[in-house]
Amino acid sequence: MHMQVHMGAIDYAFLFIYLIFVIGIGAALKKRMKTTTDFFLSGRSIPAWICGLAFLSANLGAQEVIGMGASGAKYGIMTAHFYWIGAIPAMVFVGIFMMPFYYGSKARSVPEYLKLRFDEKTRAFNAFSFAIMTLFSSGISLFAMSKLLQLLLGWNQVESMVIAAGIVLAYILLGGLTSAIYNEVLQFFLIVFGFAPLVFLGLKDAGGWAGLQQRLQEASIQRGFAPGALTHSWLGLAGTSNPMGVDWFSLAMGLGFVLSFGYWCTDFLVVQRAMAADSMTSARRTPIIAAVPKMLFPFIVILPGMIAMGLTAHATSNGFALPKLPDGTYDYNNASPLMLAHYFPTGLLGVGMTALLASFMSGMAGNITAFNTVFTVDIYQAYIRPGKADHEYLTVGKVATIAGILLSVATAYLAANFNNIMDLLQLVFAFVNAPLFATFLLGMFWKRTTGHGAFWGLLTGTVAAAVHQGLTRPIGETNPIKGGWITDMMHQLPIHQYPSEMAQNFWTAIFAWTICFAATILISLATKRIKSDEDLNGLVYSLTPKAVDTETTWYKKPVVLGVVVLIAAAVLNFLFR
Amino acid sequence: MDLRLPIGGLFSVFGVILVACGLISDKSIFDKSLGINIDLWWGLVILIFGMLMGGFGLLGTKSTPSEKENL
Repeated sequence: MHMQVHMGAIDYAFLFIYLIFVIGIGAALKKRMKTTTDFFLSGRSIPAWICGLAFLSANLGAQEVIGMGASGAKYGIMTAHFYWIGAIPAMVFVGIFMMPFYYGSKARSVPEYLKLRFDEKTRAFNAFSFAIMTLFSSGISLFAMSKLLQLLLGWNQVESMVIAAGIVLAYILLGGLTSAIYNEVLQFFLIVFGFAPLVFLGLKDAGGWAGLQQRLQEASIQRGFAPGALTHSWLGLAGTSNPMGVDWFSLAMGLGFVLSFGYWCTDFLVVQRAMAADSMTSARRTPIIAAVPKMLFPFIVILPGMIAMGLTAHATSNGFALPKLPDGTYDYNNASPLMLAHYFPTGLLGVGMTALLASFMSGMAGNITAFNTVFTVDIYQAYIRPGKADHEYLTVGKVATIAGILLSVATAYLAANFNNIMDLLQLVFAFVNAPLFATFLLGMFWKRTTGHGAFWGLLTGTVAAAVHQGLTRPIGETNPIKGGWITDMMHQLPIHQYPSEMAQNFWTAIFAWTICFAATILISLATKRIKSDEDLNGLVYSLTPKAVDTETTWYKKPVVLGVVVLIAAAVLNFLFR
Repeated sequence: MDLRLPIGGLFSVFGVILVACGLISDKSIFDKSLGINIDLWWGLVILIFGMLMGGFGLLGTKSTPSEKENL
């Protein structure tokens, strides 16, 4: 099967028209970018539905779209757990319980909230780790894009990286966060309209849902699982005999609680979208509105991968099959783009490729807008030159945007040359992120939590994550980056072997969170509280006046909306159990 | 600027081009898409979406004159 696909003039036309709109939106917003509030917070003036779609879209980089397709092919409908027990409850939680403190405290960033609630060192820790992390993810996504474009279209990697980075740079410099948010919403619709026909054509080829189920049964049996393993999300979770190799507890606790809440509730990249909302109710509704399309996204991003696997197990006359890698396993990673190249004729192909490119670019823009804010607010203004005029910080924000883009390109080069460095960095960041939710939970809901408790608890949790990962290893893995590096150094066998890398990741997160939680409590009790009740007004649950919902229509009330969303997610879990 | 306007604009243009593609293309290109003229049908869907978005955007801009700049 040939990988490359030919884009005709019409297909390029879609791409160019899209780029004109992207830059046009930036240019139209230019006159509004007068202060740092405009540039970093969109002047706190964005309506809830736009914030909601951007909240969803900021996370929906192409890596997510393609990665979910890959997981769909590899793990089947179980992949939907990342949505139905992962993201959705966390998004409802952050909207109902945490947004009052983020938005109400008038903090401009998540690290700044940590400073208001705790102290400088906790903020510095979060600001620096987050700034570096966003730059690297932006670079990695840029590199992934250039690799895919080379594979599919034969484009030159360096050229496509420079062009994409240049466009992102232009529209952020012009229109700041608003421009990034608007383009994220545009990208959301592009992804929906670019991928929905893929699901339609793929399902039709596979013989509908029933036909797909049958094909995936064959695939499950070929791979040594129970027949329904790829089409049932809760099958085989009593033990670990399921495609992901995880049991229900590590799934619910590790993915559903620690990792998902950690990401959706504390990652400034997404929280920034809600902070730009025009009112408290809008800010609280932002993640909940985002949860509605989010829970339907498995049907658009995961299903293509499942269809690819089904068609590979039992070919149709149309002849789609996943190619095999040299080691004999299927090339799951490119399942979705390969499907797109296989089914889309000239015309729709242009729309599909534009959707992919759009999601790469807006994924990058999301990282860059979060980076320039954290750099300016939490590093430059906090430690380098505090107390200067607003226009100086606006300039710094723009310079940080340029620097961020350049560093992303440099990172992409690094990624191209040293694969292990990237794996290592992502691992280190996972260690930093895993315990973070414990710090926020205690900080927001227990007024006794102290700055020392937060900082040292966080550090202890991070170290605990590293130690756990260093003492254990997924079965059959030899690369020390995948675990067991401590026991390797001591020339001993790992203490525990996990059935899969995912199981190990979930348990690393569980350990890190639990230890951070316990350490923060103990250290807080042993140290003196410095912030008075008055200082913590608006930052801690028990010391903040309850938000009164002024909205009267039910679908505008965050709590009502949240409950509806949770029930819907439960129904989806039940339907695909 | 009402965001519905650029969204409506982009998808209307995309829809028109896609429909045109479906009408003038050689039918053999649709062997890939299982013999379905997906350009034409999906182009129509996108066009309708684009026009609805743009239409509501225009209505919204008219009913709230610039005193409170509608985003």
